[in-house]
Amino acid sequence: MNAPTLSRRSFIAASLAGGATLTFEAQLAFAASPMLPEPVTLNAFIRVMADNSVVIGAKNPEIGQGVKVMLPMLIAEELDISWEQVRIEQTDADQAKYGPQVAGGSTATPMNWLPMRQAGAAARAMLVAAAARQWGVDAATLSTEAGRVLDKAGGRSATYAALARAAAAETAPDLAKVPLKDPAAFRIIGQSKKGVDVPKIVSGQPLFGIDTRLPGMVHAALVKCPAIGGTLAKVDDAAARAVPGVIAVVPISSGQCPAGKMDALAVVANSWWTAHKAREKLSVEWDTAAQDGFSTEGYARAAADLLPKAPAATIFKAGDADAALAGAAKVITADYSYPFLAHATLEPQNCTALWHADGKLEFWAPTQNPGNGRKDVAAMLGIAPEAMTIHMTRIGGGFGRRLMNDYMVLAAQVAKALPGKPVKLLFDRTDDLRNDYYRPAGWHRFTAGLDAQGQVVAFKDHFITFGADGKAIRAAELSSTEYPAPVLPNVHMGQSFLATNLTTGWLRAPSSNALAFVFQSFMDELAEAAGTDLPELMRRTLGPARELPTERQGLVFHTGRARAVIDAVTKLAGWTGKPSTTPGKANESKGRGFGFYFSHRGYFAEVADVTVADGAVKVDKVWIAGDIGSQIINPINAEHQSQGAAIEGLAQALVLQPIVQEQGRVTAENFGEFPLLRMDGKPGEIALEWVKSDFPPTGLGEPALPPVIPAVANAIYRATGKRLRSLPLNLG
Amino acid sequence: MAIPITVNRKKRMVEAEGDKPLLWVLREDLDMPGTKFGCGAGLCGACTVILDGVAVRSCQTPIADAAGKQITTIEGVSALPVGKKVVEAWLDIDVPQCGYCQAGQIMSATALLTQTPKPSADDILGGMNGNICRCATYVRIEKAIRKAAGLEQA
Ligand code: FES
Ligand code: FES
Repeated sequence: MNAPTLSRRSFIAASLAGGATLTFEAQLAFAASPMLPEPVTLNAFIRVMADNSVVIGAKNPEIGQGVKVMLPMLIAEELDISWEQVRIEQTDADQAKYGPQVAGGSTATPMNWLPMRQAGAAARAMLVAAAARQWGVDAATLSTEAGRVLDKAGGRSATYAALARAAAAETAPDLAKVPLKDPAAFRIIGQSKKGVDVPKIVSGQPLFGIDTRLPGMVHAALVKCPAIGGTLAKVDDAAARAVPGVIAVVPISSGQCPAGKMDALAVVANSWWTAHKAREKLSVEWDTAAQDGFSTEGYARAAADLLPKAPAATIFKAGDADAALAGAAKVITADYSYPFLAHATLEPQNCTALWHADGKLEFWAPTQNPGNGRKDVAAMLGIAPEAMTIHMTRIGGGFGRRLMNDYMVLAAQVAKALPGKPVKLLFDRTDDLRNDYYRPAGWHRFTAGLDAQGQVVAFKDHFITFGADGKAIRAAELSSTEYPAPVLPNVHMGQSFLATNLTTGWLRAPSSNALAFVFQSFMDELAEAAGTDLPELMRRTLGPARELPTERQGLVFHTGRARAVIDAVTKLAGWTGKPSTTPGKANESKGRGFGFYFSHRGYFAEVADVTVADGAVKVDKVWIAGDIGSQIINPINAEHQSQGAAIEGLAQALVLQPIVQEQGRVTAENFGEFPLLRMDGKPGEIALEWVKSDFPPTGLGEPALPPVIPAVANAIYRATGKRLRSLPLNLG
Repeated sequence: MAIPITVNRKKRMVEAEGDKPLLWVLREDLDMPGTKFGCGAGLCGACTVILDGVAVRSCQTPIADAAGKQITTIEGVSALPVGKKVVEAWLDIDVPQCGYCQAGQIMSATALLTQTPKPSADDILGGMNGNICRCATYVRIEKAIRKAAGLEQA
């Protein structure tokens, strides 16, 4: 991946405390004005305060992944201030000014590791240049420490606050050339920094999108078509509008919005509770004829029909898999599957929008991708992208749900109907579960051949997914470089497609969360057939340390890094292929399983110990070894992310129930039908080890999740002899 | 109707229909958005408040039922001696991830430790299993409760 760079605009159009944007010229004029204890803006991310504290802009959406601390750490490190000086502020959405602002794909670290440090280093260079000019010395003789420029030879120093105004008039250095610290000199990167918003969270202060409160604000509750994609046929809203407190009932137009299919009604009232209750008074008819035919049962039947047939399209072919199978000493075949899943962020989808009198639109949006939201709203409402201001709130869970911006499009349409009034649109839990961008279900028929020495000589996968015309829909793809395809001589991976009316999308570690389960479970079957275990089969197939290309341009899979985490976790867990714990009670059985997965640039190998008693699975311990490069930027948060990802993997393995569809409609109403993992599902213990490597640091929101799922499935097999091949794992 | 309630030791008069859930009275009428909406069905615990010493789901508590009672919310939990310890442990251990469930977690933990100052693992599960954390911060929630109870130093 090419590291993105900050634009010059980041430096010449920096914003001030009041939200006003100063041009470079205005900044110069400002800088030339007499000394005032005013904050001084050095670039888009850095504002030096009179008390020598520094306000650092955190530009990415915070969904709990810790980016609101991590990005400022990078800036503060190179600016060379102490962490106590740092005050963190969430920026608005403005990619021209700040660069990419997305919480997705575990990309914040790889995309910002250089640019954020460069932003800090550039501001530091300007402060040093200003001091050098003031003191008439060569900048190279000066150093910095904890927010001061030091002239050791001259025995003097000045705070950044004292230098800031002059520094703002210095020319910003070439970002690509600005010198960065030697990692050995890091004082902030690599040190644990706690969550910046925690004091507000534990005292209940407003932070989240749902907490937005504005003068004159009205509240919108949603009535969505019960089948995604259906359209509004008829509505009688007289009774609803007669409810005291109800202000309007706004039909939200249909049409193919980029964010999905939108037919809905919004009931707007002076309180959300009133709006929500008034929904019952609406009499609505929907046209769902085109959706009624879709059902969970229907998908399963169609998939079963397709599996034995030839794939509709080829994903990857090498050698001649059929010929190799014909000559194989052993042939193993197995069918795997996984269901549709909802994201169920604990903060339901919501968005506040205000349509100003001049046609400008302002948002307070808990979105993981404000840039796409801006585009979606522009396309749907026909307004200019620049006519929108998007404030980013803290977000009560993302997991990929909020990469889609349907709530922005919906709120914008309601706001447009009520100009001048801020409208807060809030889904209830049922709206949220029934109007998701679901993790798509999938089915795989694997066939593999082993030769007499136990080498895998042939590998086939027929993948039944959702899509049409040879192309899978969003988040339903299988990569042509899915392991072990690139390392085997005879491979055929193909796919066939089902249609669905459901909107699909990315769920934390998208594709990987499902594919890790099916591929690593099937490879566990192959390992057993080959008379070995999965870590050993992985080592054998990985071969010597080398880079394998992946489907994604610029992204390679390093077999040496994979081996290193496999070796690390097997050592950490004392892997012998058997449980380490003493045998349990009479009605209990114990098992240990392994899983490896490479996703989002991270290499993770995990081991799980389970106890099975009366068909119930308890996860006793999970061991994690991960390689995300040379640096763990914020160790405490890295631990939190890994724990959270592994436990979320356990939820997918054992707790989350399939999203069921009948007659085109999703049936889940609340957390009864779509249960989430509770405290009783947490593993007894989680052990974590980082394998440091010489590669630039990469992200951690996702890659620790996928391998735990096959590790648990494989452990259950060891404990019970039952190979569970569909999610959730159910001993029935 | 006018309903008198006491929130965080302050007497308030609320003008609302008697069946309006306490959750929405807090969030909308009293401008106290710390108590969170997660499910509206008593299934997630995000809306937990303490009512006369007992942890209740405010989404399932009609405001009429809260009339005349003492309500403690996340905004006022630190004023309780146990609540203060719980909040300190939460800060110390850096429990939250997204943070959305944490008001409810803290209220449940405070009620638990008020009733059971030295809880066993089963007591903790009993007091906390009704509170979902979608981000799965359970390891740290348990640790923070043990810390607040003086059962662990970390
Ligand atoms: S919102 Fe009350 S229990 Fe979920
Ligand atoms: S911290 Fe996100 S739901 Fe608990």
